[in-house]
Amino acid sequence: MATPATFRIWRGNSAGGAFRDYTTAVEEGMVVLDAVHRIQAQQAPDLAVRWNCKAGKCGSCSAEINGMPSLMCMTRLSAIDLNMPVIVEPMHAFPVIRDLVTDVSWNFQAKKTIKQFKPRPPDAADGTWRIQQADVERVQEFRKCIECFLCQDVCHVLREHHKHDEFIGPRLLVYSAALEMHPLDTEDRVSDLRHKHNIGYCNITTCCRQVCPESITITENAIIPLKERVVDRYFDPLKRLFRIL
Amino acid sequence: MPEFQRFSYDVLVIGAGGAGLRAAIEAGAAGAKVGVVCKSLLGKAHTVMAEGGIAAALANVDDRDNWRVHFADTMRGGQYLNNWRMAELHAKEAPECVRELEAWGALFDRTTDGKILQRNFGGHRYPRLAHVGDRTGLEMIRTLQDHGIHTGMEVHMECTVLSLLLDGNRIAGACGYDRERGRFQLWDAKAVVLATGGIGRAFKVTSNSWEYTGDGLALAYRAGAELQDMEFVQFHPTGMVWPISVSGILVTEGVRGEGGVLRNSEGRRFMFDDIPDLYKEQTADSEEEGWRYTQGDKNARRPPELLTRDHVARCINREVKAGRGSPHGGVFLDISWIKERMPKSEEHIKRKLPSMYHQFKQLADLDITKEPMEVGPTTHYMMGGIRVDGDSQMSSVPGLFAAGEAAAGLHGANRLGGNSLSDLVVFGRRAGRFAAEFANANGPVTIDEEELQTAATAALAPFDRGPAGENPYQIQYDLQETMQDLVGIVRVESEMQQALDAIGQLSTRAERTGIAGNREYNNGWHTTIDIGNMMVVSEAITRAALLRKESRGAQFREDFPNKDSEWGKYNIVIRRSADGEMQVERRALTPMPDELKKVIEEMK
Repeated sequence: MATPATFRIWRGNSAGGAFRDYTTAVEEGMVVLDAVHRIQAQQAPDLAVRWNCKAGKCGSCSAEINGMPSLMCMTRLSAIDLNMPVIVEPMHAFPVIRDLVTDVSWNFQAKKTIKQFKPRPPDAADGTWRIQQADVERVQEFRKCIECFLCQDVCHVLREHHKHDEFIGPRLLVYSAALEMHPLDTEDRVSDLRHKHNIGYCNITTCCRQVCPESITITENAIIPLKERVVDRYFDPLKRLFRIL
Repeated sequence: MPEFQRFSYDVLVIGAGGAGLRAAIEAGAAGAKVGVVCKSLLGKAHTVMAEGGIAAALANVDDRDNWRVHFADTMRGGQYLNNWRMAELHAKEAPECVRELEAWGALFDRTTDGKILQRNFGGHRYPRLAHVGDRTGLEMIRTLQDHGIHTGMEVHMECTVLSLLLDGNRIAGACGYDRERGRFQLWDAKAVVLATGGIGRAFKVTSNSWEYTGDGLALAYRAGAELQDMEFVQFHPTGMVWPISVSGILVTEGVRGEGGVLRNSEGRRFMFDDIPDLYKEQTADSEEEGWRYTQGDKNARRPPELLTRDHVARCINREVKAGRGSPHGGVFLDISWIKERMPKSEEHIKRKLPSMYHQFKQLADLDITKEPMEVGPTTHYMMGGIRVDGDSQMSSVPGLFAAGEAAAGLHGANRLGGNSLSDLVVFGRRAGRFAAEFANANGPVTIDEEELQTAATAALAPFDRGPAGENPYQIQYDLQETMQDLVGIVRVESEMQQALDAIGQLSTRAERTGIAGNREYNNGWHTTIDIGNMMVVSEAITRAALLRKESRGAQFREDFPNKDSEWGKYNIVIRRSADGEMQVERRALTPMPDELKKVIEEMK
């Protein structure tokens, strides 16, 4: 049974904008992205929205729904109170291009500053490696990341303090962790994590982990172990003593 | 006169999925200056959605596997209409391409002795799919993306290509616009690789993203290249059918590879009812044997759920039509039943199919470890595409290459699961290498400025007509309905003739689209460009399907329900005639060398 619901969608561009209300029919099983598409097709053909897979696999349709950073394709309308307007707005940590679309290119530039994967020499004569499943699994958690950048959006260092030039944010810390803990990797990124990427700015509020649509344990499994590596190297008094000696 | 931002490359790659990125990496490694243009953000292409795995005869799990078996499986799956040279190269080079991905950081699941693990899949005789749970595509695209960004390629994200440019009969680059601001762009290039993927958006129920509007095929066709095998559109047997808003979203074949079974509303495992002669020898004759196969018993034969996709899709269609479907018009796919066979089945399912577990839990509020899924056929993959040379991947237009789903040949009448991800890297690599070679061997190109202005003017016309013009979303929707209803899984001449008439009318409407607003990230405007390409591919699919008067692979003709050996000698090739009409013709297959014929004989 279709029932009408109101969606309060932010419309505008880098110069400014405002919320506009659209009422459309919603049916059982719909997600927020379905409603946005219906509004786009019937009422607002130039409404700007990104999407690709509609199955939580590509991370394109990131937005803020009723104040919570979310994927529009994975937010079921049955989980929202439709007696009130559903507020849909673009991510706040990135500059708006238009409507629900933000300029996330900074994430792609920042990624290039992280040293790339560098494998050890192959284990076997045929050029292949031997890796145990248990060693793979730890990193596979990080490699589930769909680069939706919701964790970047919610990170207060980026969102409130705009430290994009100094801090790579949770997504790229997860990426660094995936490389650092990769069973084949031989590169050393610890110095960069401290000096260039300022991992110290993260004060472990776990907001990023809470919004991750892939349920990656960003804080506990990725960031804290990286912080420990930095601490081990630079702040362990015994190791400092050895370095001086 | 519209202004163009100008960029100059040796090799321009259009599309940044697996094939495009692999091509760009290879061309860069050969010393070419490489530009990549893609419609979405980097890393969001449809490859990201591929689930099951990448087919490669590594023989890590079953040492009877080798390129010869893979070659024979691929040819059989394609009903021998494949470009045999591509099938040969693919089977031989896929293992090396998988190892290359590992060397660039991809982390595949492992065997107990630490090698890359391989899983069972439809149409493959032995477990052959290297995989990462059920998110192999994400692993691949991220690996290629992260490796690629350090190779010097320049990526133009969120750009749409309007037209390929020619210098005489040779390719000279492409022009288009960026979505962000709608600024026109010119990318001149000595060689161009089209890696734009498929056409699924021409149908209503599809697993494909919005991007899959056949852009590369339409661009190549307009530039004078030939298309081939357009009648062969693969309907994946298992898309979600419920809730309605997710209809079409893919449920990986890996579910069946791990022991999932198909049942109708009467609880019958109907796939045992109809096993094609071609596969009788290799198919289990009891549920018991099928189960043992999925659990790695080398002496067991595969269960009928793992027959080729075209066959499984038609069986599901048959059950639904006979009134034995599930409540929402599909059938039941059940993996939860394995609890009868193994302890801790819940953890096993979550580990082997994490993405499916997540997808059903989130989108349908259904726990696949406890309940069956409702599934039905969904438009998934285009076997047809741009006709290319098997070795170099060059089309009939000098300097214009194609790879991945945009190219035809490898899969013939029907693609085996897992052969797509290997196709991307094997032929992406080849296209990149030969494109760089072509660029090296040929001098600079000259751009026809008039052609540029024509493309820009045509693209802006919907703004001149304004919101009073036709709604492009509605035209897209009407085209999808037409193709779904009249050129879908079961085809018949009278309906396809109706479809051709409808496409003609829709094309006329598409010339009258109107758009409100400005050029900044205007999805309505982008849709006006997409539907032009969708008209070309829809017409090509329909004309090819009309001409092929037989049922083979993905094409099922109700009026010609049998396979016809005469039709097994031809591909259907489409080109644009001098007067702009679409010409469809039969083209005899190139004779297969004796040594490959022998391989097929031996593997029977």
